[in-house]
Amino acid sequence: MGEAIVITSGKGGVGKTTTSANIGTSLALMDKKVCLIDTDIGLRNLDVIMGLENRIIYDIVDVIQGRCKLQQALIKDKRFDYLSLLPAAQTSDKSAVTTDGMKEIVTELKQEYDYIIIDCPAGIEQGFQNAIAGADRAIVVTTPENSSVRDADRIIGLIEKKDMLEPPRLIINRIRNQMMKNGDMLDIDDIVQLLAIDLIGIVADSEEMIKASNKGEPIALHPHFKASISYRNIARRILGETVPLQSLEEEKSFMQKVKAFFKI
Amino acid sequence: MQETKPTITIKGTRDGLILFIDENSSFEEIVQDLTKKLDASSPQKEEPVVSVKVKLGHRYLAEEQRRQLKKIIEEKNRFQIEAMESEVIPIKDAKTWLDQSKLQVVNQIVRSGQVLEAKGDLLLIGDVNPGGRVRARGNIYIMGNLLGIAHAGIEGDQEAFIAASYMKPAQLRIAEYISRAPDYEADGVYMECGIIDPDQNKIVIDSIKILSKQRKVISAFERRMNNG
Ligand SMILES: Nc1ncnc2c1ncn2[C@@H]1O[C@H](COP(=O)(O)OP(=O)(O)OP(=O)(O)O)[C@@H](O)[C@H]1O
Ligand SMILES: [Mg+2]
Repeated sequence: MGEAIVITSGKGGVGKTTTSANIGTSLALMDKKVCLIDTDIGLRNLDVIMGLENRIIYDIVDVIQGRCKLQQALIKDKRFDYLSLLPAAQTSDKSAVTTDGMKEIVTELKQEYDYIIIDCPAGIEQGFQNAIAGADRAIVVTTPENSSVRDADRIIGLIEKKDMLEPPRLIINRIRNQMMKNGDMLDIDDIVQLLAIDLIGIVADSEEMIKASNKGEPIALHPHFKASISYRNIARRILGETVPLQSLEEEKSFMQKVKAFFKI
Repeated sequence: MQETKPTITIKGTRDGLILFIDENSSFEEIVQDLTKKLDASSPQKEEPVVSVKVKLGHRYLAEEQRRQLKKIIEEKNRFQIEAMESEVIPIKDAKTWLDQSKLQVVNQIVRSGQVLEAKGDLLLIGDVNPGGRVRARGNIYIMGNLLGIAHAGIEGDQEAFIAASYMKPAQLRIAEYISRAPDYEADGVYMECGIIDPDQNKIVIDSIKILSKQRKVISAFERRMNNG
């Protein structure tokens, strides 16, 4: 039986969809069977970031309203045999999705997949309730900004009321090293202390991320980018491995690495 | 008949009248005798209002009966009831009192958007994050960081106070007083408390050491009794 993980944040635009795509891809790279669910009805994005937009025929609302079978609505990834996406509906009425409908879908998917990654919409309304309904665990994404941390805190409070397998875990996204050093951004330690949940990963702010999203290729596919390593590490932590937090220091130059290797 | 004790006894004091109502007579008798007695004293116009305290002894009056007595007493005379005192309270009220004099101990983080409320005193073991709120009828003790809003004495007790291991609150409220954090970035303070300073007529933050002098440490139950 698989496990369902919801990726949520409260505040919009902090990187839920990017995180969902990259964690899903990283787990698939580790030979896990993964199904992504986009629950952001009306504003679907996950298909675009995965580069699967033009393969969509049916969506989650079609499944819930019985216009198609769950299997028919799943889109197979271009790169991995066992990475699928259940897309959100673009046009239908939001109230079509219910918590019971979600639970049913997630339960069915858990029979076949190791991990179900649920991309949650922003906010704390019905869409959020639906997204967390079937989840066994939650990952909360925040950026190092007060407003985003505040919303994360609110979301954590709401999730703690549901009985999930464990308390939610935290990803801090879009960290800019220099700003953090200068004290212009909230410190990682301060955020973790305030939210009082385990940190599962940190991701740097990177231009490559935006390029990758635009190409429809999650950055996790390209291991030469730092952000890619961050997501792969998060995936390993989800699998239960202990991976130390990678430093966000700028990559050492090639020569420095060679020197370090020869200890000169 | 053993008409030993009168149903109604009226006693005049400097502060007004005290009306003793015999606890063994039936309610009907009381109503009758009271009406008779009060009718006898015809009120003078322009006479000053007299304050009346009604002592009920070990009698419990339902809300409706209280209203009836009040009407009889205040209707024809220039009397005004200051208090109706009874030596007994119903079990329901006693339970509420008990709740209100308890120290409620809670171990949690009060996160943004959450409200934690106590009927008596509140001991929170954990933080109050920005956007979180704690409220108590009595005092609030926080073993943790107070970064949100704390409101002590929510029903008007101005003696209530707020103490925390670390204080950097968005607002402190005590009874109807409110104080908020300064607009500039300021550091928090350790082991301090907020109390109302009657001289300055506002909430002040000071070391928790001052509590031993400024606040008689009486139990929440005593406070509850004193506040009626
Ligand atoms: N680490 C990062 N570095 C640079 N850009 C990023 C990073 N993470 C996310 N972004 C960019 O931020 C924008 C918002 O990201 P994304 O769509 O994943 O957020 P979201 O939380 O899903 O938003 P919504 O609440 O609208 O669903 C995107 O343009 C994305 O490319
Ligand atoms: Mg999104």
